[in-house]
Amino acid sequence: MAETTASSDASKTYRAELLICAGTGCVSNRSFKIRDALEAEIRQRGLDDEVRVVTTGCQGFCAQGPIMIFQPDGIFYQMLTEEDVPLLVEEHLIKGRPVEKLMYVPPEGDEVVPKLSDIDFFRKQRLVVLRNRGLIDPEKIDEYIARDGYRALAKVLTGMTSEEVIEVVKASGLRGRGGAGFPTGIKWGLTRQAEGNGKCIICNADEGDPGAFMDRSIIESDPHAVLEGMAIGAYAIGAKNGYVYIREEYPLAMQRLHIAIDQAREYGLLGEDILGSGFSFDLAVHRGAGAFVCGEETSLIASLEGRTPEPRIRPPFPAQSGLWGQPTNINNVETWANVPVIISRGAEWYASLGTDTSKGTKVFSVVGKVNNTGLVEVPMGITMREIVFDIGGGIPDGKQFKAVQTGGPSGGCIPESLLDLPIDYERLMEVGSIMGSGGLIVMDEDTCMVDIARYFLDFLRSESCGKCTTCREGIAAMHDILADICAGQGEPEHIDLLGELAEAVSDASLCALGGTAPNPVLSTLRHFRDEYEAHIRDKKCPAGVCRALITYRIDPDKCKGCLLCTKACPEQIIRGEAKKPQTIDTEACIKCGVCRESCKFDAVLVE
Amino acid sequence: MEERLSSILSSYEGKREELIPILQQIQGEFGYLPEQAMLEIARFARVPESSVYAIATFYTQFRFTPIGKKHVMVCRGTACYVRGASRVLETVEELLGIKEGETTEDMEYSLETVACIGACGLSPCIMINKKVEAKMTRKRLTDVLGKGEAAEA
Ligand SMILES: Cc1cc2nc3c(=O)[nH]c(=O)nc-3n(C[C@H](O)[C@H](O)[C@H](O)COP(=O)(O)O)c2cc1C
Ligand code: FES
Repeated sequence: MAETTASSDASKTYRAELLICAGTGCVSNRSFKIRDALEAEIRQRGLDDEVRVVTTGCQGFCAQGPIMIFQPDGIFYQMLTEEDVPLLVEEHLIKGRPVEKLMYVPPEGDEVVPKLSDIDFFRKQRLVVLRNRGLIDPEKIDEYIARDGYRALAKVLTGMTSEEVIEVVKASGLRGRGGAGFPTGIKWGLTRQAEGNGKCIICNADEGDPGAFMDRSIIESDPHAVLEGMAIGAYAIGAKNGYVYIREEYPLAMQRLHIAIDQAREYGLLGEDILGSGFSFDLAVHRGAGAFVCGEETSLIASLEGRTPEPRIRPPFPAQSGLWGQPTNINNVETWANVPVIISRGAEWYASLGTDTSKGTKVFSVVGKVNNTGLVEVPMGITMREIVFDIGGGIPDGKQFKAVQTGGPSGGCIPESLLDLPIDYERLMEVGSIMGSGGLIVMDEDTCMVDIARYFLDFLRSESCGKCTTCREGIAAMHDILADICAGQGEPEHIDLLGELAEAVSDASLCALGGTAPNPVLSTLRHFRDEYEAHIRDKKCPAGVCRALITYRIDPDKCKGCLLCTKACPEQIIRGEAKKPQTIDTEACIKCGVCRESCKFDAVLVE
Repeated sequence: MEERLSSILSSYEGKREELIPILQQIQGEFGYLPEQAMLEIARFARVPESSVYAIATFYTQFRFTPIGKKHVMVCRGTACYVRGASRVLETVEELLGIKEGETTEDMEYSLETVACIGACGLSPCIMINKKVEAKMTRKRLTDVLGKGEAAEA
């Protein structure tokens, strides 16, 4: 990983730079307060001439936020509070002694790891799309430019034909990162060849997959990479207009996108006659309105046109007839952000990363029951085990790993036995999951796989646009069966029935929402059939999640009679004398689990 | 209200593709979509009122009743779900005394769920008036919702 930082003012050099993460995660952990405190302290100590505080986009290691990187030493500080600021300035900045107590300690170790580059979470990553993450201030175009930003666009506009650009993208092997993995260069070529004089391009930043935030993070940490990729694409395709369709729930990303667009216009990198080349291209931002199906391309286009966002039959594909009937090229945020690097470093270099069918890197959001939650970028072909255990640091609280879910509501689960599978589009498909957009949700022994399948079907049921009967009714029927199984009303024939419904739903639905909706069920049935059987046959939920199938009990040997649970219980049904083991009135218990959370002695059992 | 409405509408041309941005801006201004606004929008864009409703009801974002001062959104995304989002929702419902989709009588709080906030690395999370609050526990919830005393009861 590069260790240099950009400076907006080239003539000015600083002795030290403090890079504070200002991604959504760290901001929610008050990183702006820390920045303000640092700036105040530095000013007060008269160091503002030597030391600079930079706010950057998401560093990725959200679990440890708020995060700060101390350059040039590359020291990684974490979980900072405002109270730490005076100490940090005094010790590290003035006395030159890094502060150990604010450094990272790995989950299984007790020694601090001072440098970012030595931390396992970062070591196995390969930053291509996120090449500038944490190194630049995303709200300053100069910092992007100082790290070779917009050089690829200049190269394209001054010395490459559209066909040449498309050839490079084809040769790189780049495939769409929005889910389906369609080869990007081919798509561009199709749109270029299509008839029409109002061609346009769209950046899909709807990021509907719940549990994933790659696109948000890319825009928040390096918005110009997306804009540059789009400008290059527009040139190659012959489009004059572009749209970014961004999800409503991402206010910070939206703000940074607007700032970036304004700055790019000001610098003549968007708008008329870009860099004096005669090529013109401009962009508009469109705020999504919170429907999962809007991420689907035909539905997104309908939404941009102000129509009800229902998917339509393809063909014609958007490349032939998209927005206002014009040839339209739609790509995902991450796909666009790959483009400038491919142009700068060449197709051959890009294609040297990854596997035979899946080139380059992929950004994943590693979340759920894993120690190092956050955003990672890894070469295609890395194994799931490396992601979950080496980068992710394994499962918290000594629990047992159960599965990783990929591909969101259209995807499936990967059990322990398949952890050594190298990740690429085809291999994930072979085991009943999909690459999807990059959400990786880690599940442990406390996650019930039947309940997870029910959860996804519940999500899809409410997000189905309702146009196709099979999708609307079929998903609801599957959901109801799963809900029955979780409620202890499962019948042995339910399993076959789920299989039949799955086939009907996926065969007869127009878009991939319905087409892939049964995946969460099929994949959990394939890898965790025993859990379904335990629910149906034994009326037990092995993970202790499904409320109808569990009881809470207090282990008299472990209970110290501290009465914490007694006080916490919302139903007031835990009884017993102080300092003596308590008992739960299981008849009256609503199984909310508050007692278990409140117990300091692990004395509340779920059976 | 009429004045505010017409001043918003005057910045648009009345094209169909402006419907969603118009609805967003009006909701941003009033906190919800008043009935009168829906009528005005339909007239302005020269489309039947039913098609404005068809669009507005399709998206979870739009609402037709006023919301409270504090708009609490509980994430129901997968990362939050596996880390106990259902319990977070139950706790918020208990603390505020309202169910999902409701507003307290004093118009202080409204409670909704959202598909994913995008702070999945810090799950479970909630959002209060666009501010993300991460790693929710019962204690943190009582703090951020300003319901300290209620928690003691
Ligand atoms: C139900 C559904 C939801 C989708 N949501 C998204 C999304 O949120 N973001 C995205 O980039 N693509 C999404 N897609 C895929 C898009 O239809 C489209 O394939 C993609 O934006 C193309 O870009 P790419 O080739 O760069 O991947 C979705 C597809 C379906 C069927
Ligand atoms: S799953 Fe809750 S923030 Fe993404």
